[in-house]
Amino acid sequence: MKKEVVAMLLAGGQGKRLKGLTRSLAKPAVYFGGTYRIIDFPLSNCTHSGIDTVGVLTQYEPLVLHSYIGVGSDWDLDRRGGGVYVLPPHEREDGSSWYQGTADAIYRNLNFIEQFDPEHVLVLSGDHIYKMDYNEMLRFHKEKDSDCTISVIDVTVQEATRFGILNTREDLSIYEFEEKPQAPKSTLASMGIYLFKWDVLKRFLIEDKKIETSSYDFGKDIIPLLLANQKKLYAYPFDGYWKDVGTIQSLWQANMDLLCEEPELNLNDPFWRIYTKSPNQPAEFIAPDAKLSNCMINEGCVVHGEVKHSILFYGVEVGEGSVIKDSVIHPKVKIGRNVRIYKAIVNENMVIPDGTVIGSEDSDEIVLVNSDDPAVSPEAGREAMKR
Amino acid sequence: MKDLIGVINLDDELDQLNELTYFRCGAAVPFAGRYRLIDFVLSNMTNAGIVDIALFVRRKYRSLMDHLGEGKSWDLDRNHGGLFILPPDWNDPTDISLGDLQHVHNNLDFFYRSSGSCMVHSGSRHISKVNLREVYKQHKESGADITLVYKPVAELRPEHEACLRIEADEQGQVTDIHHELNHPNVYMELFIMDKYKYLELVKDCIAHGKSQFFRDAIQENRDRLKIGAYRYTGYHAVINSVESYFANSMELLQREPYEDLFRENPIRTKIKYEVPAKYLEQADVRGSLVANGCMIAGQVENSILFRGVQVGKGARISNSILMQKCIIEENAVIENVIMDKDVHLSRGVTLVGDSRKPFVIAKSSHI
Repeated sequence: MKKEVVAMLLAGGQGKRLKGLTRSLAKPAVYFGGTYRIIDFPLSNCTHSGIDTVGVLTQYEPLVLHSYIGVGSDWDLDRRGGGVYVLPPHEREDGSSWYQGTADAIYRNLNFIEQFDPEHVLVLSGDHIYKMDYNEMLRFHKEKDSDCTISVIDVTVQEATRFGILNTREDLSIYEFEEKPQAPKSTLASMGIYLFKWDVLKRFLIEDKKIETSSYDFGKDIIPLLLANQKKLYAYPFDGYWKDVGTIQSLWQANMDLLCEEPELNLNDPFWRIYTKSPNQPAEFIAPDAKLSNCMINEGCVVHGEVKHSILFYGVEVGEGSVIKDSVIHPKVKIGRNVRIYKAIVNENMVIPDGTVIGSEDSDEIVLVNSDDPAVSPEAGREAMKR
Repeated sequence: MKDLIGVINLDDELDQLNELTYFRCGAAVPFAGRYRLIDFVLSNMTNAGIVDIALFVRRKYRSLMDHLGEGKSWDLDRNHGGLFILPPDWNDPTDISLGDLQHVHNNLDFFYRSSGSCMVHSGSRHISKVNLREVYKQHKESGADITLVYKPVAELRPEHEACLRIEADEQGQVTDIHHELNHPNVYMELFIMDKYKYLELVKDCIAHGKSQFFRDAIQENRDRLKIGAYRYTGYHAVINSVESYFANSMELLQREPYEDLFRENPIRTKIKYEVPAKYLEQADVRGSLVANGCMIAGQVENSILFRGVQVGKGARISNSILMQKCIIEENAVIENVIMDKDVHLSRGVTLVGDSRKPFVIAKSSHI
């Protein structure tokens, strides 16, 4: 079955900087935006771009991710001759080991890609929030007859030190790649979206595999190797909303970005729905004593009290007299009466007893409320609620 | 529950909801912010593990088919069995069957091919959370020919008038089925009986020129059959008029009925991928049910907003039901109104109905 493009989605990352949120969850499965998980974005983008063959490379805590993706029907990726394939590391005749790096993960699945005999391979990461038509990128890639096209976004000089920065000539061809440069020469940051000619990628993956000192990473190894071999690399400029939600702060910020009146990331576009697994909940119950402003509330919530500039996922209960401000409350959290929550992300299933105060209104720190906090762990919370 | 098959018979359900049933059958009427009436009976069946379900439809079933599709949202997209929507096909000149018996006569294959030996027969106007496993258990244990489900209602309302009443003795045996208006035991148009017994009675009715299964086979023969009664005491609503639709919808704005209907066992419906509802800075929403995809900048009180409703700044909505994708522009005022899908209300327009007789606006109107 010949395919023009096969997408490979890197979803094995642990996301250490998300702390307790990823204790038993791979980063792409982390919740976002009141109803989504991060991986919904690249998967929905693939569907809308007409890419019907997606390999999802998993490694760290894959249980939730695997069962969430299932056969891919929620993203219309339950296709004949394609669809979504979950690809965990596996044992082979020559031994077994974990995916060593992003490039190694693709290398170990050469056979998977080979069966579709694609022209191009699109490498995506599972930890970014954005809506993008990969077809536009493919058109650019073909127009330039590029061997490797890297999607880039313009960032500020200060931010540039945190990203992989691409230095390009006027025609957007890349001559240099710098990982987290001290003194960035440009502000074009790599979005971690790579489009390769398959034959070129395959050759260099095999080449890279032979280098023992390599870290088998796209940014650190494959891209420099391609540059060193005079391959044609181009930067594809993207100017929509894009956010790396790798830290508690940036995850919180990306959630808050949705709360302005006309957010840059429009999730309400009927022609570019972000698909997700439906939790099947009734319409939310807004009690007569509720006060809501500047917030997003998902179905299945029962809200008394006050919710200001916050996001509530499905099945959250907010008791009488409670105030929630500048916070993100994950699914099925039970919040008692007269609770105050400021600038927090509350992990799923937590039970917050009556009268608890979390965070502070004038602090800049984002509090993560997780089950390792003895005062509000699900068990302790349930006990306290009983009393 | 492989023993049980489901039949949802919409044949004798009249389109009594005025504007709401001009272009759709009663079972397809939207309810409670994101559902349609059919979802409740269908979910009760699937929650009891029933996987062979036939739906007898006669009129205006386009939107119902659109809603149900292949039954995927209810897990009824099966290789074997699943959901069968069976529209009329009555071209056989030798067919002498009449009324709702025609459906059975023309779809005998469904009954013979399905693996279950017992059937649940229901309509869609009675909304409940009845546990069909329990009804089935009682049916089996009592050895009854047929078990009817009834609800002893605390307060009789106008919508109960059209309902049959059941009288039962202490052993759960039906002693009478009648139409006495002041009797509290409302028959829920729901019964369980042996599939082959059912088919036998249907054939008998057809042979004698009868047309209505329940009246002609059950009510007429109530002395000859062993009829059991299952007493259901949970959430119950009868939707058979605009007034009952409105009153029962509004009741869900109280926490107790809301939880009775939704707390246990999910009600499934067609999946839409909407964003969570968004409440803007100026929003003032109280005592309401709101579904995903809504965008609210105005005032909403004591109302139900279906998916994707937009309420502009300064708009005031109270005691109203707004179905999918209604757009209410700035400063419009609505009170005691039921708006069907896709109604667009222009800036500053005022619509006020009476709390006992809501104003119903037909689908896709632009006012």
